[in-house]
Amino acid sequence: MSDLVRCITEAKATGDYRPVLAMIPYANWLGIDTAEMDGELVAKLRFSDPLIGNPVLPALHGGTIGALIESTAVFRLFWEAETVVIPKIINLTVAYLRSGRPVDTYAQAHTTKHGRRVASVWVEVWQEDRNRPIATGTVNLLIEPLEK
Amino acid sequence: MAPDPSDKQEQIARLDQGFTQAVPHNRALGLRFIDFAAGEATILLPWAPHLVGNPETGVLHGGAITSLLDATCGAAVFMKLGEPMPIATLDLRIDYLKRGEPRRDVLCKCTCYKVTRHVAFVRGFAYHDSEDDPIAAASGSFIIQGRGHPIVGKGSK
Repeated sequence: MSDLVRCITEAKATGDYRPVLAMIPYANWLGIDTAEMDGELVAKLRFSDPLIGNPVLPALHGGTIGALIESTAVFRLFWEAETVVIPKIINLTVAYLRSGRPVDTYAQAHTTKHGRRVASVWVEVWQEDRNRPIATGTVNLLIEPLEK
Repeated sequence: MAPDPSDKQEQIARLDQGFTQAVPHNRALGLRFIDFAAGEATILLPWAPHLVGNPETGVLHGGAITSLLDATCGAAVFMKLGEPMPIATLDLRIDYLKRGEPRRDVLCKCTCYKVTRHVAFVRGFAYHDSEDDPIAAASGSFIIQGRGHPIVGKGSK
């Protein structure tokens, strides 16, 4: 069993996915974390200056919001699947609704369909007010069974 | 007038300053503006250990590729507009076509193939060696905010 699979297995048992995030260099570098909000586990992107894409406004780089959406969708499937799976992203579509302000950003994923091979996940992204999303995303993922 | 190659290098250096050095996230990713043509931009994402998605393979995280595609699509719009104008990504679709190779830089070339008064349409590819063997494909649209009354922004509250 690889370290990553072991880590995901443990996270599924404890409900704490931060050790999995800690194993992913990019997620650490970007500042992806988890947070509890109204009793619900959500993804969080901690604000830092290197996330800025438009220094004039200032506004978050669109790519950082896309990256948060991808990660949230993948972690949703880690959490939801009965066994340990490593989902692979087939594609994603991001609708940018408002500019991302220089503050912490949150995301939650909702599985529209979880089939045997493919899952379709919808992700909402917000900052201070969940009723005013700054982006939404649709992510299709391929679920391949782990090699035994 | 025949293009002067040293002139082009100077322009690339200026574009690198404007698109990658002056944009904090692009600079943090280490992006480098490599080449341009009318409505076209090519940007390089150098491989770096902190951008890895899977520690067991050393392949770059999809999020870093997403930022590269978004940045290059935006740059292609500027290359089409020909003058600096505020733009904002309206939507972006990315298809992951094949797994990137471990410890390798990624290039991205995007083309802005249509501009209307308010919207620019872009497509492009991320690849290691050749556009014909892409890692990811992007298709996006951008709102051009510098022309007349903004159709997003203040009105969307």
